Amino acid sequence: MQSVDNAAEQIEFDRRIVEEQKIEPSDWMPEDYRKNLIRQMSQHAHSEVIGMQPEGNWITRAPSLRRKAVLLSKVQDEAGHGLYLYSATESLGVSRSELIEALQTGVAKYASIFNYPTLTWADVGAIGWLVDGAAIVNQISLQRTSYGPYARAMIRICKEESFHQRQGYEIMYELAHGSPEQKAMAQDAMNRNWWPALMMFGPHDSDSAHSGRSMQWKIKRVSNDDLRQKFIDQTVPQIEVLGLEMPDPEIKWNEEKGQYDSGEINWEEFYQVINGSGPCNYQRLKHHKKAHQDGEWVREAVRAYSEKQQTKKENVA
Amino acid sequence: MNTKNKNLYRFLVGLADDSVILSHRLSEWCSNGPYLEEDIALSNVALDYIGRARMFYQYAVEIEGKGRTEDDIAYFRNEREYTNLLVHELPINDFAFTMVRQYFLDVFYCLYLEKLTASSDSTVAAIASKAIKESRYHLKRSEPWIEQLSQGTEESKRRVQLALDELVNFVGELFVMDDWEKELLSSAIAVDRTELQSEWDHQVQTFLSTSGMSFDDSQVQIRGGRNGIHTEHLGHLLSEMQFLQRSNPGLNW
Repeated sequence: MQSVDNAAEQIEFDRRIVEEQKIEPSDWMPEDYRKNLIRQMSQHAHSEVIGMQPEGNWITRAPSLRRKAVLLSKVQDEAGHGLYLYSATESLGVSRSELIEALQTGVAKYASIFNYPTLTWADVGAIGWLVDGAAIVNQISLQRTSYGPYARAMIRICKEESFHQRQGYEIMYELAHGSPEQKAMAQDAMNRNWWPALMMFGPHDSDSAHSGRSMQWKIKRVSNDDLRQKFIDQTVPQIEVLGLEMPDPEIKWNEEKGQYDSGEINWEEFYQVINGSGPCNYQRLKHHKKAHQDGEWVREAVRAYSEKQQTKKENVA
Repeated sequence: MNTKNKNLYRFLVGLADDSVILSHRLSEWCSNGPYLEEDIALSNVALDYIGRARMFYQYAVEIEGKGRTEDDIAYFRNEREYTNLLVHELPINDFAFTMVRQYFLDVFYCLYLEKLTASSDSTVAAIASKAIKESRYHLKRSEPWIEQLSQGTEESKRRVQLALDELVNFVGELFVMDDWEKELLSSAIAVDRTELQSEWDHQVQTFLSTSGMSFDDSQVQIRGGRNGIHTEHLGHLLSEMQFLQRSNPGLNW
């Protein structure tokens, strides 16, 4: 129930949304708007952080010193994005430790793509190319999101993501033009990652639980299906340049629509993975919890040291 | 290769091996750190070391003149051919161990690289000039960590002490000159490691004593890295690092 006071604030908030003005942390906002943002932004932050694992799986096995340095830089960037997004989410009045707890207890979600395993070196290429590519399509639209700190985070993050996509595509290109084994490795990784990458855009618009309100509040600017189509249309010509076979036999140019037709996603698999039963869901959370628990003594030591320093200062004063 | 170049090649590969192996160890922290900030910071240090390794390897293959690449050297040698000093290859253990090792090495590299910037070999001097800036920065990070952990909780203090007790056996090797390094010292290419030891001991002991920690002065207790005599840990590291190149030799990645 809204009080009379809030009614005036609500009118002002609605006006600003209509006029494309950004909402800032100190502004009044409806509680549901705040909750919706926390859900989406923290999910985004968690995706960056959990995404470090499948790619990190290849840091110690990267096939050249240059590839190793580039991959390590990339994963480090993802950690930076996570940090940046956690900070942006904290501007909504929630702490990072609360967000991490929500992740570890399964209350908060992260991108379902990271619940698939990186089996070969080509998966590192496929992730950079397809997953970061899909993320960019989504994030470019979010540069116009109505919440100021989120929009600014997206502008900054998109710059690095486009570098990531290029490094992924470069790996794929090298493999696709390499030995028959390397080419097969590239084809296999693309085939396996294609569908999960399409699933990153979420359910069909008609089945999307949060989409309606998010669009109304301009948190979300373009619908799931439109973003997915945009991604398919920009990626198919890139597959042709690689000289690989299409991962979906139904991909075909539709002259009339001016876009590619494609096959239907296996939605049963999609819901299975987002509901916690993907190949790596258990492993990813277990890894995150273990790292967090292993580091608890370090965080305790930092707190204890800081308290001791504080006491010393007070005694001197 | 003439004798001087043979010595120089061996010297450069040794320094590159130190860096590539430490970089590998530090990179193992990625997604495993106590804070997200530490994942980022430790990856950064790892990146500095991999950059250092690449510069030394690239110069080494240039000196060798056989048209080999940095990856040929890094990915196609076995344990007995790797010549890193042992302290670099020890597993990361816990955060205290990783940071104590890093602190020891940061102090060492600040002393060592400063001397190396005056090498009569201009490429070696240039690499050292770049690397010392990184090491000074690394030290600004590792030193406060040791202070916080040493003065934090009983547990953190205990973990730092365990790390000191284990590492003291391995730091002595940092101050040993092998024959080829002595040869290069006579032409002012290399640095006299033995001269750095007392300053290193002094700096480390003074700093640790302010946190109520102590350990025995560095002595040569375990050595062999430069001659390819390693701990059992290196073989596992190399089999992980080299597997893709070894299983598909001669390809571009």
